[in-house]
Amino acid sequence: MIADIDAARAAAVAHIASAATVDDLRRLDTELLGKKGPLAQLKAGLGKLATVDEKKAMGAALNDAMTAVQTALDERRTVLARAERDVRLTAEALDLTEFVRPPTRGRAHLVTQAWERLEDVFVGLGFQIAEGPEVETDWYNFEALNMPPSHPARSMHDTFYVDHGAPGSTVLRTHTSPVQIRVMQAIQPPIYMVMPGRVFRNETTDATHLAVFHQIEGLVIDRGITLADLAGTIDAFTKAFFGTEFGSRLRPSYFPFTEPSAEFDIRTPKGDWLELGGCGMVHPNVLRAGGLDPEEWSGFAFGFGIDRMAKERHGVGDVREMYTNDIRFIEQF
Amino acid sequence: MKIVHSWLRELAPLPDDVDAIAHTLSDVGLAVESVDRVGATVAGVITARVIRTERHPDAAKVHRVFLDIGDGTEHHVWCGAFNMQPGDVIPWATPGTSMPDGRLIETKPIVGIQSDGMCCSSRELGLGDDHSGILILDPDTPLGVPYGRALGLAEEIVYDLDVLRNRPDAYGHVGVARDLAARFEVPFRQPSGAVAATGPTRSATVEIVAGDRCPRFTTVVISGIRVAESPDWMKSRLAAAGMRPINNVVDVSNYVMLETNQPNHAYDFDTLGGGGFRIRVAGDGEAMTTLDGVERTLTADDLLICDATDRPIGIAGIMGGQNTEIGPDTTTVALETAYFEVPGIMKSVQRLGLRTEASARFERGVDPLGIDTSIARFVELLRLTCPDLVVHEGYVDARTPSMPNPVAITVRPERVGALLGRPFTAAEISALIEPIGFACRADGSTLSVSVPSWRPDCTLEIDIVEEVARLFGYDKLGKTVPKSTLAGGLSPVQQRRRRVRDVLLGLGLDEAMPHPFLTDGDLSRAGLSADAVRLVNPLVVGDDVLRTSLRPGLLKAVAFNESHRRSGVGFFEIGHVYPPSDTELPAEYEALCVIIAGADAPRAIAVWRELVSAMGWGARLDQSKVPAGLHPTRSATLSAGRDVVGAVGEIHPDVLDAYEVSERVAVLELNLSVLLATEPKVAQWKATSRFPSTDFDLAFNVPGDVSAEKVDKALRQAAGSLLVSLDLFDVYRALPGDQARSLAYRLRLQANDRTLTDSDVAGIRDKCIAAVGKLGAQLR
Repeated sequence: MIADIDAARAAAVAHIASAATVDDLRRLDTELLGKKGPLAQLKAGLGKLATVDEKKAMGAALNDAMTAVQTALDERRTVLARAERDVRLTAEALDLTEFVRPPTRGRAHLVTQAWERLEDVFVGLGFQIAEGPEVETDWYNFEALNMPPSHPARSMHDTFYVDHGAPGSTVLRTHTSPVQIRVMQAIQPPIYMVMPGRVFRNETTDATHLAVFHQIEGLVIDRGITLADLAGTIDAFTKAFFGTEFGSRLRPSYFPFTEPSAEFDIRTPKGDWLELGGCGMVHPNVLRAGGLDPEEWSGFAFGFGIDRMAKERHGVGDVREMYTNDIRFIEQF
Repeated sequence: MKIVHSWLRELAPLPDDVDAIAHTLSDVGLAVESVDRVGATVAGVITARVIRTERHPDAAKVHRVFLDIGDGTEHHVWCGAFNMQPGDVIPWATPGTSMPDGRLIETKPIVGIQSDGMCCSSRELGLGDDHSGILILDPDTPLGVPYGRALGLAEEIVYDLDVLRNRPDAYGHVGVARDLAARFEVPFRQPSGAVAATGPTRSATVEIVAGDRCPRFTTVVISGIRVAESPDWMKSRLAAAGMRPINNVVDVSNYVMLETNQPNHAYDFDTLGGGGFRIRVAGDGEAMTTLDGVERTLTADDLLICDATDRPIGIAGIMGGQNTEIGPDTTTVALETAYFEVPGIMKSVQRLGLRTEASARFERGVDPLGIDTSIARFVELLRLTCPDLVVHEGYVDARTPSMPNPVAITVRPERVGALLGRPFTAAEISALIEPIGFACRADGSTLSVSVPSWRPDCTLEIDIVEEVARLFGYDKLGKTVPKSTLAGGLSPVQQRRRRVRDVLLGLGLDEAMPHPFLTDGDLSRAGLSADAVRLVNPLVVGDDVLRTSLRPGLLKAVAFNESHRRSGVGFFEIGHVYPPSDTELPAEYEALCVIIAGADAPRAIAVWRELVSAMGWGARLDQSKVPAGLHPTRSATLSAGRDVVGAVGEIHPDVLDAYEVSERVAVLELNLSVLLATEPKVAQWKATSRFPSTDFDLAFNVPGDVSAEKVDKALRQAAGSLLVSLDLFDVYRALPGDQARSLAYRLRLQANDRTLTDSDVAGIRDKCIAAVGKLGAQLR
């Protein structure tokens, strides 16, 4: 009987070795190891053996043979499966440079990008963000900012008036500064706020000037705020926004709503000075208009244009280009 | 404001160091826009006499000028100015000359005829702003010599300053020299003088009718004048400061103004009617011809200088009249030196649109007490060319109660320190501001500071704080960073706005920023109400409507791109709109508009649903209310509670026609002021089941008047809590345009505590069919 077992085993292993596909193996698995397989039939013959020892020996031999066949099947299956996977992988080859579709992401407006970067830097410096209306009363836009009617500085602002309310009472804000007054009226100091927004000047537009543009304005009001605090804050902003290799300075200037007033310039790593914006200590009359006692509170304010940041970052030759909404412009960024 | 280096150094012993002075000027708040070298520096420009001029039939805008430079040869130049006559001497830029504006003069042919160089105007030579014609020199000028030598011009260094509103004194060389002397710590003697008579009484009468507008008016009669040329040094400085030398009387008048900041006007005394002045406001509609030859119609806002017969001879503080102009034969003048009220001059200047060197000074405020000094200076300088000059007894100094009062300010040194971030003692403050004319007197722990009459800007303690900072030096005050006790950050609304923008960008939409002003008709073309707030003074006529919707601007952007062969753009805008209202300000709010060209309403709905999902918003879609300007059968109003929060769908084809857009356009418009203010619901966790789920599909024939939303609701209600997902996976219409359609849904059921049995599923399936059946739909 042992010879039958060996023969069945050898035949099975030979079949397995010649199997060409995983499917062939699946069929052989049933044929060779199933209930009707040669080894199973030999197993059925065990009962006819005479002695227990014989049964044991033949049983062990049969088990060995079945294990061997199973092992052969598994090994062959691994080999064939790998070969079949390889064939499929080769067949599946793709040229990934074919059919490249343009990216479908949308693009934020350049001004929005600059606006958010500025906000983020100021948030990092401990500021909150305030906003206000774009159509303003003359009082918020001028009078509360130490520019009563007939103040000469009003002529520095080319103001758009609108036909709302009494003639001359309503304007498109010429700067974001009215938000300063609204903030002072709404919350008690300490105030550490920046106020980005759209502003309007009745000026002929050119490559560097727009009638509708965007500013960001800062306001700090607390006890014991000094001009040195203003200079330090401008410097901290300059380094955070432009880079630590940039510097800043204040130069005396004049604005009705701040005193002392200054222009602030930034120094590029090459050593050039660029004018960036205006700033100063909040004028006592402005603090009063906001409902604050200038003997108790002091503060500073600063402001500059957002559009120019976007224009210069991306080297846009004409600032008006940013507002054409021409997809060929938008797609560049 | 052009400030001449040599002039400054005559007024104070400043270093002859242009860089140091330029730097210091900026440092004290007198920003230097440029430093220029002007005068006889245009090498290659020489004097030449015009022999004759000729027109050429093929060159309409230029003529031929033949020049003689005294060497016997004839030189030919094409010239576009026609103000010269044969015999005139003019400056001629020879070929190869490099002009101050950077131009290189070359020999260029016109109609085939060479031009040797160029005839020059004053402006081309950097001698002032006159570009109305070629500069005509004195006929006795030698020929072929550098024009600068002929004009007696020396090279001057000029600082072009941007003088700020609060520094009227810096419009004169004295004011600038005063600040510089303080910073350079060199002596500065404030010029002072009195009107010293040298002859018998002869005087003009003065009657001030409008005392509030003219607080001070002085006049002195000066005779023995011989109109002549000014000395070369004076001509150089005037030219460098941008004023063309004319004759000694006019030049001295200008020179004194540029130096002391006090304008003056010399009238020919012999033509002054009634021998006196009368200062009154103009009558409405009254007219007079000013020196520039323009007849001007006046109003009661304008102040007039009249002669004693009430004939207008000048608009006060702005420009004199033609009738009393100084001529070559003038020998006696009545010199007017006055102080006018600032807002009145400002108003006149603005209304007349007439800005002169004098008005620029009066509208900022001159020194009301500096008049005598400026008259003394006038006499001193005119005497250089008129040695026989007589100043007559009878100087009239008329003042009204409107003369500004002297100002004294109480200054607390500790306050100065508290604002500047560094302690200042009373002595330090005095040492800083006394050199520029402030007088300080200690008064207990405070300082009493008298403000000089030339600094009308200083009225408050804070003004003195600024002067201290300015003279000490901003850069020396140090830099500190205040310690905020607050946490920085965006407000919830600002955070949500950024989230909205991120979602839209993620959907592939580009952010546009159209102009917030619309043209007349833009709103009605968009099917919207034309009721809007308008600009009173638009920059562009007709561009005066404040938008009430973002839609028109975005439709224009779509049309623009379509016309440039870019169809299918998808834009969004987040921006303010300004509908009219009865309240103090328009009903301004922040809006969002999404416009997708080449897309239909479901695309807009998809954007809305993404936003709803990201932002936790909720709103009812009401297709029975069609928003204005949208497609009547493909649009809906979005409402939350009683508020309309937006509109969604497609743009009405009529509107697309009006905007010349040929594609279908999907639109979503939202009121962000409302939506961003609502606190979104925070999604709450639901346990995910470990048991298997079961799917089944149901397809219904649904009549046209039953919305998918209703079917959806019925299915959800019927399936109950075991429903974990419901997908509408197919919509089928037998014929395009059919209202009735088949809707196919896939439902997935799952329990948290067990595996569902077949009978569980069958029960729910039956309930679903029954519920949808009640809507009039039938299972397919």
